[in-house]
Amino acid sequence: MGSLKLENIRKSFGNVEVLKGIDLEVDDGEFVIFVGPSGCGKSTLLRVIAGLEEATSGAVNIDGTAVNHLPPSKRAISMVFQTYALYPHLTVRNNMALGLKQTGMAKSDVEQRVAKATAMLSLQDYLERHPAELSGGQRQRVAIGRAVVREPELFLFDEPLSNLDAALRVNTRLEIARLHRELRTTMVYVTHDQVEAMTLADKIVVMNAGVVEQVGSPMELYNRPANLFVAGFIGSPQMNFIEGQKLNGEEASTIGIRPEHISVDTANGDWSGTVLHAEHLGADTVLYLECENVGLLTVRLFGQHDYNADDRLFATAQKEQLFRFNADGKSISPRR
Amino acid sequence: MNKTSSSLPRSIAAHAILATYTVIALFPVVIIIINSFKSRKAIFRSPLSLPDESSFSLIGYETVLKQGDFFLYFQNSLIVTVASLAFVLLFGAMAAFALSEYRFRGNMLMGLYLALGIMIPIRLGTVAILKLMVAGGLVNTLTALVLVYTAQGLPLAIFILSEFMRQLSADLKDAGRIDGLSEYRIFIRLVLPLVRPAMATVAVFTMIPIWNDLWFPLILAPAEETKTITLGAQVFIGQFVTNWNAVLAALSLAILPVLVLYVIFSRQLIRGITAGAVK
Repeated sequence: MGSLKLENIRKSFGNVEVLKGIDLEVDDGEFVIFVGPSGCGKSTLLRVIAGLEEATSGAVNIDGTAVNHLPPSKRAISMVFQTYALYPHLTVRNNMALGLKQTGMAKSDVEQRVAKATAMLSLQDYLERHPAELSGGQRQRVAIGRAVVREPELFLFDEPLSNLDAALRVNTRLEIARLHRELRTTMVYVTHDQVEAMTLADKIVVMNAGVVEQVGSPMELYNRPANLFVAGFIGSPQMNFIEGQKLNGEEASTIGIRPEHISVDTANGDWSGTVLHAEHLGADTVLYLECENVGLLTVRLFGQHDYNADDRLFATAQKEQLFRFNADGKSISPRR
Repeated sequence: MNKTSSSLPRSIAAHAILATYTVIALFPVVIIIINSFKSRKAIFRSPLSLPDESSFSLIGYETVLKQGDFFLYFQNSLIVTVASLAFVLLFGAMAAFALSEYRFRGNMLMGLYLALGIMIPIRLGTVAILKLMVAGGLVNTLTALVLVYTAQGLPLAIFILSEFMRQLSADLKDAGRIDGLSEYRIFIRLVLPLVRPAMATVAVFTMIPIWNDLWFPLILAPAEETKTITLGAQVFIGQFVTNWNAVLAALSLAILPVLVLYVIFSRQLIRGITAGAVK
């Protein structure tokens, strides 16, 4: 049904090449997330899939058919925008119905579909309101509703949560996850927030500077990052990188160690250092440790620890959890 | 509200300034209207006094209304103004949409070219326009006036509307595209309703100079059957004798239709602002 296949997609704006040859396959029903820093081309790629931008070269296949030359409305997709993009002069009901009416669908069918989406997103009380009379979270639900009524093969989400506050973001994230489970439709989702990516995705596509760095399940990316970029991007707080030559007997050019794989001790350990800052989060404690020979290390300890700035501590990395990268930044320690 | 802006002396001062300005602005209009209801002698004896029993006279209005063509002049003015306004708004909005929405080679240059008319008065081209109209056989037709006024109004309309349209969220139009709206429908159903306040502004700025214009009717369409109201009022102004009653009555009547149009557009303007809240 809603499979997606991208073949060597390139996109240039003038002389600037934004997408440098993207190949990707998404199976029917998968939840795929494009994640990367801002400006990496993830939104442009989504717009190319939607048909809002034309690829300079390459092919977009939805459900086995090439859709390069089809307009967005003929691609069996629907899209949710970061800014909601609701029609401000139409009521919630008409916002949802406009696209369907446009296709010439019978009035009763339109009603039925709107009612279904309304129930799914509990929007019953707001149907006759205008977008200006809704809160941010409600607007985003309406935007999702407008996407749902089209019953597309493929949902596209362009950073749908970035305009919401933290609490709403978690709620809406759950709602999107539930929606995916209920509808079983393929979803492609763009975000710069790796937490969203890790929590929602079946498959994450990490992008950087117009190329795909790695594709894999959240745990694959966490456990087996292909290169320095992915290792640094996935995981929070960020992985520590240490130059290989600073460590005895290491051949790799860079060593990576995640903050949660370092333990500290007041008496002895591999590296001695001073606490620059301690973040007490309750469930865990994050220490920023300035170590004499390896530089700044971030350490994440589970539970509550009474360490404070200027304390002297020893840090020890779990040897089996080290990541090794060669001079090109590629991983040379495929583990687990 | 903070203390400074709500203090009494400040508020009095602000109102005093505004009231003074209102009086100054309305003074000529009021003088025209009150004198239009007075007899000729009374107009000259005491031009500032209100009409009373002895000076009240409808002679001006009677003269104007008896002059059978006057309704025709009205009709001509109305046709020319409304038609020009419609074209200016339609073509102006379309051009502004194209300039603000699409990336194409020469977009900037085209925008500048279309806005150039704001800086160069169209009257400089009167001779050329007249030649053109003569060649086209359009002299003494309302079409000639509509064409000229449309050209005159477009630059400002395009300039203002394209600025407004640039501020509309691009996502909104993209959402329309995904919903299957054609570019024309996006323009009509999404963009136009959202720039309504700007359209009302443009309409007011475009309408008043057209209604009041004497120059082009005099040059392009001075024939009896195509006279506009401002030109028609000139028949009462003679080289030696001027029928002031009639002139003032004609001018008073001429204010009415613009007033009505203005009220319509300004209500749109206010409605647009209060309905706002695009995001």
